Amino acid sequence: MFTDILSKLMTYFTYPFVRYAFIVGVLIALCSSLLGVPLVLKRYSYIGDGLSHVAFGAVSVATVMNMTGTVLLSAPVTVLCAVLLLRRGRRSNIKGDAAIAMVSVGSLAAGYLLMNRFGTSANLSGDVCTTLFGATSILTLQPIDVYMCIALSLVVLLLFVFYYHRIFLITFDEEFAQSVGIAVNSYNLLLAVITALVIVLAMNLVGSLLISALIIFPAVSAMRLFKSFLGVSICSGILGVVHSTLGLLVSILAGTPAGSTIVVVHLLGFLLCSVAGWVLRECVS
Amino acid sequence: MALLIADNVVPGYDRKAVAPAVSFSVEEGNFLCIVGANGTGKTTLIRTLTGLQKPLSGRVIFDKGFSKTQAGFVPQFTHSAKDFPASVREVVLSGCLSECRFRPFYSRVHKKRASENMQKLEIEDLSSSSFQELSGGQQQRVLLARALCSAQKMIFLDEPTANLDPNASENVYQLLERMCQEEKAVIMITHDIKGALKYATHVLSLSGENAFFGTQEEYAKSTLSKEGGENVY
Ligand SMILES: Nc1ncnc2c1ncn2[C@@H]1O[C@H](COP(=O)(O)OP(=O)(O)O)[C@@H](O)[C@H]1O
Ligand SMILES: [Mg+2]
Repeated sequence: MFTDILSKLMTYFTYPFVRYAFIVGVLIALCSSLLGVPLVLKRYSYIGDGLSHVAFGAVSVATVMNMTGTVLLSAPVTVLCAVLLLRRGRRSNIKGDAAIAMVSVGSLAAGYLLMNRFGTSANLSGDVCTTLFGATSILTLQPIDVYMCIALSLVVLLLFVFYYHRIFLITFDEEFAQSVGIAVNSYNLLLAVITALVIVLAMNLVGSLLISALIIFPAVSAMRLFKSFLGVSICSGILGVVHSTLGLLVSILAGTPAGSTIVVVHLLGFLLCSVAGWVLRECVS
Repeated sequence: MALLIADNVVPGYDRKAVAPAVSFSVEEGNFLCIVGANGTGKTTLIRTLTGLQKPLSGRVIFDKGFSKTQAGFVPQFTHSAKDFPASVREVVLSGCLSECRFRPFYSRVHKKRASENMQKLEIEDLSSSSFQELSGGQQQRVLLARALCSAQKMIFLDEPTANLDPNASENVYQLLERMCQEEKAVIMITHDIKGALKYATHVLSLSGENAFFGTQEEYAKSTLSKEGGENVY
């Protein structure tokens, strides 16, 4: 039975679109799981959710306008929103929360309305479903999408590694960082921009609704197992890649929707990590 | 030339002053204690000095050769989020970051300095423990070690001994005194007046209508004449 699955996979991997899907999937999973650590710890989990809805709204507009590269519109709009939301969030927490919810629901509704009213496609609910859940879109990637994704992921990874210690400090203690003259605001801005870019990228993989899962699950799972920032960051990256790869494999073999399958695998992984973390702590003490 | 000069600085929030205007200067080797009852604006003042907030009026002036990256800050102790994953070593090392201008990683010098400061505060055997699982006093000592890593010329401390046992407090005072002997400046808020006066060279008192600033001897004399002996802030 095992050889059956293996030979089936081998045939699949002869198709370029399957290979593209895996390259893009692994890269996005790696980027979003790394970024997830500071975002979750800074209590910005919701930013991912809000921004993904903004990206959905922008993609809807681009689709209605029959633009060829929807990214050209959704990337700048999402980056702009990320910067504005983080600005607000700093001044007042309650207002910041409400602002995220308002922008999020507003762009979701406006996006759907636009698609409904002016969409040219015959299969509207199918289109919306694809944008929201990324049903099969990862299997329809063009080489240009793949190159763009590789380039952006490399930039994100390099920035993360280069600024790793600064990210730790502004996440752990923003005030100390500021008091010793580190440009906290610039690094927060950088974090917002990177997050927005990763979200726009990840829409291709899991669609806009499930992006938060890619950002939050690996980080929270890793926090069950490790107690140091380095340990959590590395573990989160590994979990993100492993779970997303597993999810993609299952979805291809079983013919299930890629986005939902990946998220369910992440959920199962989280439960497993929780149990493992509990067992570890019980054994040590 | 003084390292830091406060020129009629009024600390406050949202245009509301919380302390009278203060003027003083701190030179290399000075040990300045800021004293005053709860709510007299000590924390607000030290946040203004470190640049975390702007003064309502007046100016905080640094000497030309001195930049914020050569200062360390130990904030007033608060219980932080329980589940932040960070080891003691990671926290202490992060104090060296202000020196890593364009360098992405710590150098060997930084790692050595972090180990030395952990030894000074007697937390080297905790170095791989989780910061959040330590006791309040242990956390305070970790934050002190972090500030020592960045304090090449000056250190600001907001009630650093509030959570420490007498032995550890004494150890901290001696550490600070040694820093003064190495021509660094110490600015510390404290309620432990008796302990602090032994080491302070200058005192800033925020109680009352007008702030008092003077040398330790002047302060001792003024409180003696006013209150006749034991002072109550
Ligand atoms: N974030 C804040 N916003 C507005 N007022 C504040 C804030 N923090 C403190 N205060 C006020 O400033 C005054 C001085 O506080 P603080 O500087 O913490 O005093 P101390 O450290 O001397 O005990 C207090 O009366 C307090 O009500
Ligand atoms: Mg205080």
